[in-house]
Amino acid sequence: MTPSTTAPRGPLGDRVFRRLSVSAGVTVLVALAAVAVFLVFRALPAFTSAQNEIGVGGDNGEGEGFLSYVLPLLFGTVWAALIALLIAMPVAVGVALFITQYASKRIASALGYGIDLLAAIPSVVYGLWGIFVLAPVLARNVYPWLGDNLGFLPFFSGTTSTSGRTMMTAAVVLAIMILPIISAISREVFTQTPALHKEAALALGATRWEMIRMTVLPYGRSGVIAASMLGLGRALGETMAVALILSPADVISLKLLTNQNPNTIAANIALQFPESTGLEVNTLIATGLVLFAATFVVNAMARRVAGGEVND
Amino acid sequence: MMSETAQGTEENVMTIDDAKAPTGDHGITARDLDIYYGDFLAVRKVNMAIEPRSITALIGPSGCGKSTFLRSLNRMHEVIPRARVDGTVLLDGEDIYGPGVDPVVIRRKIGMVFQRPNPFPTMSIAENVLAGMRLNAKRLSRSAADDIVEKSLRGANLWDEVKNRLDQPGSGLSGGQQQRLCIARAIAVEPEVLLMDEPCSALDPISTMAVESLMLELKSDYTIVIVTHNMQQAARVSDRTAFFNIDGTGQPGYVVEMDATEKIFSNPSQQATSDYVTGRFG
Repeated sequence: MTPSTTAPRGPLGDRVFRRLSVSAGVTVLVALAAVAVFLVFRALPAFTSAQNEIGVGGDNGEGEGFLSYVLPLLFGTVWAALIALLIAMPVAVGVALFITQYASKRIASALGYGIDLLAAIPSVVYGLWGIFVLAPVLARNVYPWLGDNLGFLPFFSGTTSTSGRTMMTAAVVLAIMILPIISAISREVFTQTPALHKEAALALGATRWEMIRMTVLPYGRSGVIAASMLGLGRALGETMAVALILSPADVISLKLLTNQNPNTIAANIALQFPESTGLEVNTLIATGLVLFAATFVVNAMARRVAGGEVND
Repeated sequence: MMSETAQGTEENVMTIDDAKAPTGDHGITARDLDIYYGDFLAVRKVNMAIEPRSITALIGPSGCGKSTFLRSLNRMHEVIPRARVDGTVLLDGEDIYGPGVDPVVIRRKIGMVFQRPNPFPTMSIAENVLAGMRLNAKRLSRSAADDIVEKSLRGANLWDEVKNRLDQPGSGLSGGQQQRLCIARAIAVEPEVLLMDEPCSALDPISTMAVESLMLELKSDYTIVIVTHNMQQAARVSDRTAFFNIDGTGQPGYVVEMDATEKIFSNPSQQATSDYVTGRFG
């Protein structure tokens, strides 16, 4: 890893390029380490101080202890990301299949371009769109129906929000935000399905869908899972859109349509940080460390799935 | 273009086949078949009668369109975007390019074995054999499925080598075994015709021999068309041989002549054929 192990004697260009690429690699590790060190050191007081001093914001539970402060936030983070993934994954896979297997070249590239553009929209714009457009529309047209007809499910029970600033709205917006990365990677792995296998299926008399089921989906399965993990990682860390949309409370709740929603770690930091001082800042940074760890776990899982890919 | 000589041996073949095939004769006839990739005419005006229950070899230099022609016989050609054909291909007297004919149905009747062995990597040996059967959306009983697996693998001379590891992935077999697995997969659905696109070009000589002797066994039940670059192979296994040629890059390929294999390799009617089979070009 260290650049000084073996000094290669070669043409100048080779040596320069080698130095450049090694230092680029090292820079990434240094940046990662710097962030981790910062998080750990600044978070430390939140773990070591007397637990009754921990808490952020005057009214919602000063002195509750770090664990009971971070748990609802961690839950909200994972919950929002999971719901978003549940919505985004089938759509993304469907889009990727349409683009790679069904659409004509022109439609495929236009649609692919459009999906990629979704990734270019700043998250604060998504947040504003979520508040001003999506939330009222869903609150008027969809949530009452869900509450009335599916209210027996814990997810849709409770008093349905009239503002639409619910976990569901946040999850839908998150889903749209992670759609591009999942569909882009799925598209990539679907395109790489060997023509040999597709032709084998077609020559056996498979219809298009049967061919997809026999070859494209099994071949792309691990890639789709890895893509979803990356999307999940993105949804976990998403800040602005959630901060704008969600009407938060200090609860752990599965209900998706109410005004009492668990906040996410990233959104909570964004909302609380301007007002915080002293130990409150340390506590917020400690929640950031928890998020860092959670994202790290998700990415490690994605890596393992993608690395375990055995396709010939 | 094509010289139809009624030789004694062929007459015999036909009578035997007719006796064995009460329903339909499983022969293929191509009439004025032009094959295109987009606007590019790849093969022009093929007229060819492929005799049932025999082996027909297609030979010729690279790029002459023999594989393209083969793929047009089970409508696999059109899988490539903008690829199309003009003309007719009759199977049992019916035009497979006729209006309203579903290519999927045609491909179930006309099986195909490819140049490189291509078992489905995520499926076991047994699942590979059954892949075509499952497509018909029929529910197979366990014992019926086992029977088909055994019968097809025996038919492909593979049973003894794999009977103890049917649930293991097909990709774990050797190249020659994989190719025979693909043949087993193709014959499991009991097609009428078997198309083979250079089935031995990725195999070692011993596996090649195994596949060739298998072909000779299979021809009593199936009409076999094989594309091969190996002229010894064509001479060894086929009953009739068609020689394809091309006048130059960018020109369409065409059939120079088709005749009994013996005649093509000993005394062809066309000079080009003679030059090719004696190794003077190609």
